[in-house]
Amino acid sequence: MSEGEKVAPAAYEQVVRAADATVAQFDGPKRSALGQVQHFLHIYPTMVPVIVLAISLAVFGVLAGGKFFSAFNLSLILQQVSVIGILAAAQALIVLTAGIDLSVAAIMVLMAVISGKLSITLGVPAPLALMVAFAGGTLTGMLNGLMVTRLKLPPFIVTLGTWNIFFALNLWLSGAQSIRSQDIDAAAPLLKFFGGSFKIGAANITYGSILMVAVFAVLWFVLNRTAWGRHVHAIGDDRDAAELAGIRTDRTLVQVYALAGFVCALAAWASIGRVGSISPQSFYEGNLQSITAVVIGGISLFGGRGSILGALFGALIVGVFNSGLRLVNVDVLWQVFAIGWLIIIAVAIDQWIRKVSA
Amino acid sequence: MSVQPILTARGLVKRYGRVTALDTCDFDLMPGEILAVIGDNGAGKSSLIKALSGAISVDAGEIRLDGQPVRFSSPLEARGAGIETVYQNLALSPALSIVENMFMGRELRMPGPLGQWLRMLDMPRMRAFARDKLNELGLATIQNIDQPVETLSGGQRQGVAVARAAAFGSKVVILDEPTAALGVKESRKVLDLIQDVRARGVPIILISHNMPHVFEVADRIHVHRLGKRLCVIDPREHAMSDAVAYMTGAKVPEGLAA
Amino acid sequence: MTTTVRAALLGAIATAAFAAAAPASAAGIGACLITKTDTNPFFVKMKEGATAAANAHGISLQTFAGKIDGDVETQIAAVESCVAAGAKGILITPSDSRALAPAVTAARSAGLLVIALDTPFEPADTADATFATDNFKAGVMIGQWAKAKLGDAAASAKIATLDLNASQISVDYLRNQGFLQGFGIDVKDPTRIGDEDDARIIGSDVTNGNEEGGRTAMENLLQKDPGINVVYTINEPAAAGAYEALKAMGREKDVLIVSVDGGCPGVQNVKEGIIGATSMQFPLLMASMGIEAIKAFAETGTKPANTEGLDFFNTGVELITDAPVDGIPSLSSADGLSKCWG
Repeated sequence: MSEGEKVAPAAYEQVVRAADATVAQFDGPKRSALGQVQHFLHIYPTMVPVIVLAISLAVFGVLAGGKFFSAFNLSLILQQVSVIGILAAAQALIVLTAGIDLSVAAIMVLMAVISGKLSITLGVPAPLALMVAFAGGTLTGMLNGLMVTRLKLPPFIVTLGTWNIFFALNLWLSGAQSIRSQDIDAAAPLLKFFGGSFKIGAANITYGSILMVAVFAVLWFVLNRTAWGRHVHAIGDDRDAAELAGIRTDRTLVQVYALAGFVCALAAWASIGRVGSISPQSFYEGNLQSITAVVIGGISLFGGRGSILGALFGALIVGVFNSGLRLVNVDVLWQVFAIGWLIIIAVAIDQWIRKVSA
Repeated sequence: MSVQPILTARGLVKRYGRVTALDTCDFDLMPGEILAVIGDNGAGKSSLIKALSGAISVDAGEIRLDGQPVRFSSPLEARGAGIETVYQNLALSPALSIVENMFMGRELRMPGPLGQWLRMLDMPRMRAFARDKLNELGLATIQNIDQPVETLSGGQRQGVAVARAAAFGSKVVILDEPTAALGVKESRKVLDLIQDVRARGVPIILISHNMPHVFEVADRIHVHRLGKRLCVIDPREHAMSDAVAYMTGAKVPEGLAA
Repeated sequence: MTTTVRAALLGAIATAAFAAAAPASAAGIGACLITKTDTNPFFVKMKEGATAAANAHGISLQTFAGKIDGDVETQIAAVESCVAAGAKGILITPSDSRALAPAVTAARSAGLLVIALDTPFEPADTADATFATDNFKAGVMIGQWAKAKLGDAAASAKIATLDLNASQISVDYLRNQGFLQGFGIDVKDPTRIGDEDDARIIGSDVTNGNEEGGRTAMENLLQKDPGINVVYTINEPAAAGAYEALKAMGREKDVLIVSVDGGCPGVQNVKEGIIGATSMQFPLLMASMGIEAIKAFAETGTKPANTEGLDFFNTGVELITDAPVDGIPSLSSADGLSKCWG
């Protein structure tokens, strides 16, 4: 955080200079060029995905030409990643606390189905149905958080359980049947709000894309510019230390999970606009895709390290790879292959950067 | 003695099953002093410190701060009352910056709607305050106040932890083995730091195994043995070997012999 | 990793459930139905058909399902449970046409009748019989229909195919290649999607058979060539997704979408002009005929025979469209709605 902050009063700098000459040297040895890169990335871990994104945009721009590097295609990538991007924001919140949430996509699909069932099948007004979905998302997230903190179960196990539970509830509620796009248009067009779009030149920007960017902006502010956000980082960094420093870690963790659940409900609303219909079978692997985005975005699975914006770049990198590889006629299985390598390389870079502190 | 102790304990008892960790233990800390607490392993030193810092609650006895009886059910309550503890593992978040660590749990918010509605942190104010505190304690060698704590040396980290403990108007600072993990040069700096804190009028309870360090900085030495205070000695009047002998029971202090 | 864990857990649960239920079935004839998932309405309908037929014939039926399409471990565990419980026969829609062969062979050598429903094994004689939709024919029907509908324009059509997934399982390539052949394209290897060199094919992409995948795949192919005017889809949810993508780009009026399945929402989409034509299959029939075959096998030892000229028993396929063309028999969407599943 606080990149490029320069508030240093001159008096302080003078003290520093004077002190440097007289007092024992605390500095480490001179760094090599590679060491300096490592140090830089350690301070700004989000630069890794930004660089990867820039390089992949350039490479596919050359390989696939104007078809790839058009305003329209780039805006299309933005809308294609919007749902997974929002899920990745929720996932990033949990990963920053050194947890993992396998249930994000299941919460999302369940909330989409609930809002659809209420408004289309039962005739509940759409705004009310959405409110129920938001409350439901928050409560399901809170349920995860309570089990993690009160029952002291590992987040992996808790969310593995709730993933299955929410998925089963989703099938039971939906009868495994999609709600058709045309039926939503007729009964509750508000549910498809985020599918709407406007044009800037050739670019076609959906409200869902805007929502994704807004979710990241708000969460970035909360995590980096509020005390609560810094506590979340501290908990992920070293939970015992945070507790001793006076943070109520359990309460904060439950809040984090609840917030993540709320973000999943937002993703649910966005997904209806994106997909068109409410499909209980879509996004089955959304949890893994969100983890992929978070990891490629340079957020450490060990917690506390990385910026939530990394998850946005991670999601965009996956979107750029999929779009670019398709446009140069690469078979689907090689897209899967490429994403696999991206994940491993991202985690390897994270480990390498972390060695600075060792 | 006309000066009243700032922190006292009388008749503290703490049992863990059949083991009596504190056996009607007394304790006194005077304003502005460095009181070292020494004792053999298992003598109940850490139980005493935990009782004073709120980490455990005692079975019997009374603790008074500024003459008022107090009862802490958590370290947070003790901290709220002005007793700050620097734990051996420092309780710092390695990936967070020096400023953030210093203000962890008591951050400053922006004035006006930014702070009230957006709950936005006032980083400039926090930075300025942290710099002042580090300068006061002679820790100006820390170049960048926004650098992560994990990039600091062990001594610098200790410095940040001590500065945090001393910075917020605390009445008592408890330091648990502050030099145990440090080299000679860094220990030197930390000892200077401890004296700086005292110079600012904050009394310190120093738990340490390192006799030279204890004898260098302490005003008085509380010798703990078998769950209670054996004696309090003046380092200027006793040799290190005496202190060790009292601690281990090899020798009985004068005045207690009879 | 998580899939494996989950599958193992489910397998254990399934085994336990069966073990508990087994004593009740010991007296009469026991049968098992193992579907790919119980999330897909197709399999829900199949289960309905099997349950109804089992009740009618006094057969005790146990049903199992994988968690997702491709969940082989759960299906293997289910086959093993059925053998252990002494069932007379197994109806199975294999999640993987080859990977389940050892488990199925073991079941057959233990004396069970194994019938593949919907998806054939490879080779087909891994099972005693296959009751399935002729997926190739289903594809041919919509291919011929699309060609006839376009008339002369077929020669310059721009075709996109929206397939299932990277594994290219039999139902995936049979429908795809059937469609292309029906449209009059040289398919080269009929078990391989994507080896064609006909310039009319703009490209293929995978959809996982759902709306989200259908939409993303359609968008990507439109990026390759915005002039696409014929879209083949593996199933109707994928078709609905493709339609959303076309609509977002204002192309929904001038693109012909064809599909396979015959699910009720799909037929409704035919009625509303979203899908041009779809080939309807009959999952309920597959299951009820399967149960009858197990009964016959348990009582007389006779095994079902294949349809003439095919290596499986064809349970039928019907073309549903509201724009019939000469020479291709079809049903209207109104008729379709009375026969659809799900």
